[in-house]
Amino acid sequence: MFARLTERPSLGRGLMRAMIGLAYLIIFAPVAMIVATSFFSQQIIIFPPAGLTWHWYVNAWDNPEFLRGLITSLQVALLAAVVGVPIGTAAALAIVRGEFWGRNAISTLLLAPLAVPGVVAGAGLYMFYVLAENVLDRDIKATTQGLVAAHILLAIPWTVRLVVASLQGLDRAAEEAAANLGAGPFTVFRRITLPMMRPGIVAAAMFSFIQSFENLDISLLLVGPGRITLPVAMLNYLEFRIDPTLAAVATVQILIVGVLMVVTDRFVKLSRVV
Amino acid sequence: MASLEVERLTKRFGTSLAVNELDLSVRQGELVALLGPSGCGKTTTLRMVAGFLPPSSGRVLFDREDVTRLPAHKRSTGMVFQSYALFPHMTAADNVGFGLEMRGLNGAERRTRIEEALKLVRLSHLAGRLPRELSGGQQQRVALARALVINPRLFLLDEPLSNLDAKLRAEVRIEIRALQQRLGLTTLLVTHDREEALTMADRLVVMEGGRVRQIGSPRELYDEPHDAFVADFVGRCNVLSGRREDETTFRTDSGLLLPVDTGPDESNNATVFALRPERIAISPGSDGAIHGQVAAVTYLGAQTEYHVRIGGELFVVIRQTPAADEPLASVKPEDIVSLEWDRRTPRLVPHTSSNGRSS
Repeated sequence: MFARLTERPSLGRGLMRAMIGLAYLIIFAPVAMIVATSFFSQQIIIFPPAGLTWHWYVNAWDNPEFLRGLITSLQVALLAAVVGVPIGTAAALAIVRGEFWGRNAISTLLLAPLAVPGVVAGAGLYMFYVLAENVLDRDIKATTQGLVAAHILLAIPWTVRLVVASLQGLDRAAEEAAANLGAGPFTVFRRITLPMMRPGIVAAAMFSFIQSFENLDISLLLVGPGRITLPVAMLNYLEFRIDPTLAAVATVQILIVGVLMVVTDRFVKLSRVV
Repeated sequence: MASLEVERLTKRFGTSLAVNELDLSVRQGELVALLGPSGCGKTTTLRMVAGFLPPSSGRVLFDREDVTRLPAHKRSTGMVFQSYALFPHMTAADNVGFGLEMRGLNGAERRTRIEEALKLVRLSHLAGRLPRELSGGQQQRVALARALVINPRLFLLDEPLSNLDAKLRAEVRIEIRALQQRLGLTTLLVTHDREEALTMADRLVVMEGGRVRQIGSPRELYDEPHDAFVADFVGRCNVLSGRREDETTFRTDSGLLLPVDTGPDESNNATVFALRPERIAISPGSDGAIHGQVAAVTYLGAQTEYHVRIGGELFVVIRQTPAADEPLASVKPEDIVSLEWDRRTPRLVPHTSSNGRSS
């Protein structure tokens, strides 16, 4: 009886560990494969590789489209996060703290871009931009501003989601305690509420940045000549060639996102927010 | 330190009355406890005194000055929250210093006051820690220091001990009471724990359904409850309903006749017989006028609890645990025992006090 009681959980635990291991494998295997193939020496990917090389990284560097794409992507992602996160944060505050008619409708509306397929959103925006261009008589599609505006649509739902979650978990007694100690409403917000929201906001900024940085589908129709983002540049390259250069570019992308997450995690423990 | 007056304070949430025409006063240096079951309106009352909640009607006065319309941050009360509500991103010292900063004290002065306050709660060595690096008891002491360092006009405690374990609770209870008396703090304490209220408070306010049931010293409430609710809530009590037969007899609903001595203060509408379990003497055998069968004997260490079935009623008796050679020591379930009490001890009270707002 006792033996069974002690044996059983360990069997269950072993099974659970195996499942977790499998899950990690499924998640990381493609990433590992991409990183590995970026070093394979043949143009056609064969396993096992005949040799290892840095050649594809040099090749990627020599292609001006990739470098320009990387710079554009970084710019757009940064701008989208810088503009989108404050808007999303303000919206989250209104949704959680405000009491007004239509609050739930607004909340749903702000999360909606997550539910719309990117290509559809991109096509919709493209048509909207064309119409707006006719009315305003100025360029919108194929401009950086137009692209940033589209990517802000990615930043807002992520920010609203994460900041709403952090606001709902926030102990309001701390704000009352601050008022009790003599802090007026603005001071309470600046000294207590905002710092307590910080993990949510930092996470929101990071997710917004990553969402924009790796976005292909919305950008596809909105980029203009000379202002191509990195994922679009990669797609363009793929039209003419298949070789590990793309794996090398993807590895750089993965590295940037990875570094970003590690650095963010130093400031706020992501596991506590997400 | 100020005195506190609450006049006809009322709070409505939608159609329900959370607090109903509450009158209350706390003298300078006095500790008054609001005691009642959850939902009785005690926390709502405290929050209105602190200024977190606007009353629907009525007034709150500090030192006879009307503060009803004053926002929380201008009332200068020091509150200890049930969750402690420490600022998670600030060290213990910064938490304590926050109120001083809001009062515009300069850095040097602030540091001295923070040091003093932390010394008061014996936490000087942990000044640099963040709240999450402190134990529950330590967090609670930071919260105390933070509330006291500003020399508040009023000290407010919202279930301050409910998140501590039993042993620590007993210690902190004595500690807070000593601090309150030494510093002469005018204090309003909210609690649902009668032991906490009885041991800490100068006066108790028993609340139920948004109304005051009785106000008095712990001894008054324990020995002279005005109604069955207070009798039962302030301590364990044998509460039997029935009616007064004559001046020396109470007849329970099941027909049991119990000896009482109704004084002139006890009204005729008394329908409840209330007797504390420790005021009943118990002896083996059927010699007494009131005797019955033991239903259960529960050993509690220093005391022993007996459940005795007499007629259709169940009496709870608590006595000091008898020594092994006493006859009572051998009493076990199904034995016959006799109960006896001083006929002046039982209280005959109405089921619910018609005069709920008397003191």
